Amino acid sequence: MNTALRRSDGRPGALWAVPALLYFALFAVVPMALVVVLSFCRWNGLGSPHWAGTANWTRLLHDPDLGQSLRLSLLLTVVNWAVQTLICLPLGVWCAGHQRARAVLSTLFFVPLLMSSAAVALLFAALLDPNFGLAHAIGPWLGVDDGNFIGDPHLALWTVTAVVTWQFVPFHTLLYQAAARQVPAQLYEAATIDGAGRWRQFLSVTLPQLRHTVVTSSVLMLVGSLTYFDIVLILTNGGPGTSTRILPLHMYLTGFSSFDMGYAGVLAVLLLVAGTTLSLLVVRVTGFRRMTSRREGL
Amino acid sequence: MNRALTLRFTTALATATALAATATACGSSGPGASGGGSGKVTVWALQDTALNPVQRKTVSTFNASSGDTKAAIQFFVNDPYKQKLQTALGSPNAPDVFLNWGGGNLTTYVKSGNVADLGTDLDASFKNEFLPSVMAGGTIDGKTYGVPMEGVQPVALFYNKDVFAKAGITQPPATWPDLLHDIDRMKARHITPIALAGSQAWTELMWLEYLLDRVGGPQVFVGIQAGKPGAWQDPAVTTALTMIRDLVDRGAFGTNYGSVGQDSGGADALLSKGRAGMELMGSWEYAGQLATAPDFVKKGKLGWTTFPTVPNGKGDAKNIVGNPCNFFSVTAKSKNRAAAVDFITKTVTEPSYVKNLIDIGQVPAIAGIEDQLKSGPNADYTTFVYGLVEHAPNFTQSWDQALAPATAQKLLTELQKVFNKQASPQQFVSAMDAE
Repeated sequence: MNTALRRSDGRPGALWAVPALLYFALFAVVPMALVVVLSFCRWNGLGSPHWAGTANWTRLLHDPDLGQSLRLSLLLTVVNWAVQTLICLPLGVWCAGHQRARAVLSTLFFVPLLMSSAAVALLFAALLDPNFGLAHAIGPWLGVDDGNFIGDPHLALWTVTAVVTWQFVPFHTLLYQAAARQVPAQLYEAATIDGAGRWRQFLSVTLPQLRHTVVTSSVLMLVGSLTYFDIVLILTNGGPGTSTRILPLHMYLTGFSSFDMGYAGVLAVLLLVAGTTLSLLVVRVTGFRRMTSRREGL
Repeated sequence: MNRALTLRFTTALATATALAATATACGSSGPGASGGGSGKVTVWALQDTALNPVQRKTVSTFNASSGDTKAAIQFFVNDPYKQKLQTALGSPNAPDVFLNWGGGNLTTYVKSGNVADLGTDLDASFKNEFLPSVMAGGTIDGKTYGVPMEGVQPVALFYNKDVFAKAGITQPPATWPDLLHDIDRMKARHITPIALAGSQAWTELMWLEYLLDRVGGPQVFVGIQAGKPGAWQDPAVTTALTMIRDLVDRGAFGTNYGSVGQDSGGADALLSKGRAGMELMGSWEYAGQLATAPDFVKKGKLGWTTFPTVPNGKGDAKNIVGNPCNFFSVTAKSKNRAAAVDFITKTVTEPSYVKNLIDIGQVPAIAGIEDQLKSGPNADYTTFVYGLVEHAPNFTQSWDQALAPATAQKLLTELQKVFNKQASPQQFVSAMDAE
């Protein structure tokens, strides 16, 4: 009766979610379950997997590269989040305004968003060539006289971070821009009447209003950075040595270069757990779950 | 050579492409494969701008003259191909004939029971057409599993004649002390002595392969390959690595080699533009330079020589390392085995195919083609490569192809650390020994 009433209201019932749930089950849940099974098998991609018990899991304790790759992944995640948020939030708010030349500049900012990761990585691979690329010219300017950015174990990860930032700043800026435009003008008008300056308005009006966007953007960044992969693969392939061998790359190289699918499965499960935990944590800590509106009465 | 032409970025698409390709293959190859008697041979090979047109021509010639048997060839990019092959072998989507790299690689496929023993299918006269040292790469435990299907790929030392002249060097280095001397001379002229694409560790591996062979002889690597306990601890390994560190400390590779890429042509450009004096590279270097810097090659500025000898070394100075060849093998479960063998025997030694290979600068692994090479284009170079292979007492396969994939990956990582001074030769040895 209740359901019938709701349906007649044209509001979604559980049935509406069936296609999405089926799709999700087929392309997300089933593969995840298979990966868990695979992590208990020995398989090099040839023939059928053999049951290996917990052998792959105990290997996790003795993997010399695991600690390093975890550390690098965490570092990349934290640095990316901090740097990108610091750039994107003010930039997004600025882009939402009505300044002169704003439209032109905004368009320029968004150019990296139009390029695929592979294209970005290839572009930077060419730019970072120490002899014939831009690295040759700007290296000395940045204190790297020989332009050895991706070949220096101490610089490689920072270079990768810079490239990743360049790629993703437009996307998150776009999020903040959209959110900043949603902030009701009345709030600013009221703030102006109360005598708040620009900076005060930003802190007391804009920032609280952008709270959900900060959470959304952060979840995307944190989980995204944790599973980040393609640019690192193309730019450094984890090198030099293991200097940029982040966890997802460690998993890929174990599975598809060393053909050790079982242990790669273990690493995949590890990533899955880490990613899920992280996003749940962010959502819980920020109170995003409660879904309360900050704009009541408006 | 395919490795050189491969763009690393394709690996990024590997998984997706492999999956997608497998999915489509499911749909299309089903009915064809069930035909059985029709003799439809599926052939898998690698993408290669110079070679593929030659192969396509050969396939259509074969199809025109083979009656009911028809062959269809498909090309794949190097790294994704390895992944696709590894998962497709033994599955219902496996091809009939597939390209592989022989040696350790082929052994893996043979051990899993996915490759047909062609011993009884091929007659002795056919097998004798190939250079024995190359044919050995397709032979495992005395059984023939692979047939050489393109040019040989030994590694040689290439140099820029102009740079040598500028530095007052009259002859390419023949011994290790010569090499060190030449390095110092070029350094004095502010030229990077040796171009090295250190962002891709396999280019660094060539130095270790040759040095270990010269210092300790080929037996040391035979022990390593066989997985003999403590094989990495052979003093020759440490000596070879110490010599590499000496080169690095001397500035033989400059300072920024770690950022130079081979796929992007960085090291090759250093050589052809005269900013570096030498480069150790596979025999495909010639064709590569011919394509990217034609003037440099045509004006005779590109020189080539064998790897220097090492005083008191145990290895024969005529020993070579590299990829003996790429091979065609037949899958064990192929329903068209007879047709597949027919395809191989009627194409890889075909005079027109051999001639076309020579024309694009490749040196087929066919015995007694010296005269043909001499009269062909690029004769100086092709006869040099042919002589190198023909007279080599030992041809060690590139380690990253010869060793098990996991060991090879570890090796490349650890070696890169030595080149970047992140690890000492001793640390390399203990890391590899723990494997």
